[in-house]
Amino acid sequence: MTVYELSQNSQFNVLTLPEPEREINGAYVGDLLSWVMGRAQADNVWITIMSNINVIAVASLSDVSCVLLAEDVTLDNDVLATAKEKGINILSTSLAIFEAAVKISGMI
Amino acid sequence: MSEELIFHFQVDGDDFTSAGQASIQIKKNLRRLGLDPETIRRVSIAMYEGEINMVIHAGGGEADVKVCESYIEIILKDNGPGIKNIEQAMQEGFSTAPDQIRSLGFGAGMGLPNMKRYTDDMKIESELGKGTIVTMRVNI
Repeated sequence: MTVYELSQNSQFNVLTLPEPEREINGAYVGDLLSWVMGRAQADNVWITIMSNINVIAVASLSDVSCVLLAEDVTLDNDVLATAKEKGINILSTSLAIFEAAVKISGMI
Repeated sequence: MSEELIFHFQVDGDDFTSAGQASIQIKKNLRRLGLDPETIRRVSIAMYEGEINMVIHAGGGEADVKVCESYIEIILKDNGPGIKNIEQAMQEGFSTAPDQIRSLGFGAGMGLPNMKRYTDDMKIESELGKGTIVTMRVNI
């Protein structure tokens, strides 16, 4: 499944999608950034409630295919602009983290 | 690649939000050199963790990345307070980061362990009151 295909599900909203054709091979859930960098795999969807600017660097360096902000977490405009510039896909959802992970698990 | 390539960066100690710029630049440079994506990922994550450490603990520092034929070497130098007990600092979960850093999602005590995890060789030289030099190698 591509990030674009995931974004077509009505539960997920696009915040920015500069690289829609990136493949999704699984998901990783976490808010501690170093933990995520240590454990997330390239091409995972990273589900988190963290939304500060460092999330963009972590997403870029870990090579995740997409960040999914759960539980209606929003993003500041400057963070969004940086994500676009760095080619980081970001979606949001009102689902709780567990529900979001279960949903994605059923789709891939 | 017959000659080695060296990239040098100054890591700004004042701006936590811009930490990672050197690592992201390295990622781009290594991509241009056509290196394997997993190697690039390992180098750039290890370097980012080191950068973050220099910003949190040492007021910034310098980073050098040397690309050789069979390995990539990352050298991070700072003039910070030094590491009191390296063995303890290497344990997952051990952290001396302040609360405001933790609220940003860092300071979980995973930085140095991640640097070790993602590199083939890592050496820490540290002197209290003088600073720290971390040398890491990722084989290509």
